[in-house]
Amino acid sequence: MAPKDRKPHVSRNPDLIRGVGKYSRSKMYHKRGLWAIKAKNGGAFPKHEKKAADAAPAVKPPKFYPADDIKKPLVNKRKARPTKLRASITPGTVLIILAGRFKGKRVVFLKQLTSGLLLVTGPFKINGVPLRRVNQSYVIATSTKVDVSGVNVEKFDDKYFGKKVEKKTKKGEGEFFEAEKEEKNTLPQDKKDDQKSVDAALIASIECVPDLKSYLGARFSLKAGMKPHELVF
Amino acid sequence: MVKGREGERIRLYTRGTVLGYKRSKSNQYPNTSLVQIEGVNTKEEVAWYAGKKMAYIYKAKVKKNGSHYRCIWGKVTRPHGNTGIVRAKFKSNLPPKSMGARVRVFMYPSNI
Repeated sequence: MAPKDRKPHVSRNPDLIRGVGKYSRSKMYHKRGLWAIKAKNGGAFPKHEKKAADAAPAVKPPKFYPADDIKKPLVNKRKARPTKLRASITPGTVLIILAGRFKGKRVVFLKQLTSGLLLVTGPFKINGVPLRRVNQSYVIATSTKVDVSGVNVEKFDDKYFGKKVEKKTKKGEGEFFEAEKEEKNTLPQDKKDDQKSVDAALIASIECVPDLKSYLGARFSLKAGMKPHELVF
Repeated sequence: MVKGREGERIRLYTRGTVLGYKRSKSNQYPNTSLVQIEGVNTKEEVAWYAGKKMAYIYKAKVKKNGSHYRCIWGKVTRPHGNTGIVRAKFKSNLPPKSMGARVRVFMYPSNI
């Protein structure tokens, strides 16, 4: 029987109170069956010979002893996780963006990225919001849901949205500035294609629901007499 | 600022009024301001606004960052009393001229 197969053994001596067992030493001896093991082994408890320990390699006394004791840093077992997603936010939920360039826009939630940010799309054709990351705290989840089963969002992650590393060209300054400006203005074609492919499936499912398209195209605003703490989204 | 639709006024904040500083009869403590949020009348209603960001916006003669408008950010900390007044702390204390002035109470950080 290999020790690894055994489950950790529960104590054979239940506690009457903490610190006081039910059975005496002699009773426990009997319970553990040590008498049976001894009988099997001819009157003495079986012993294993100690393995000869390898002689530790000779260590020279160190030349330098530090004057003060160095403190060991505390163990940190914290794991980085994405922010906990609110129960009201599920793939396909319509969200209202509260701040930033697209404030007030109603937008479709696709998935939560590993950084914790939410991946969101307008869709672009409907309200001009591209595939974008948004923080959960700056968003209100409505109860309206869109069917996102036809959309494949596997390929999008935080790296996709990261800033592109600019090549360092140390050529003449005139050339440098012109080249830089040209690169910055245009969106690479593959990003535009990604937007189209994601939106195609979405728009199809949006058009099935009456008024949803104009709903997503309209922006949210507080009007006179609206109290946010009383609104149901 | 890039304008998408020009002229479309979206209000995503609730209006609030600065009432003054937290105070007792003869002492005031300017690090906390008291704010009256429009439409909030009880302590229970304030619970929704706890932690929400607020901005006191004012104009100045000198342009900073390309604008004459300047802002002091703060947040709702806790209710004050029973009738919907709120205590707020700002990044730097509100100036005394803000008493009676408008404050914007935003809907973020949101919990809905």
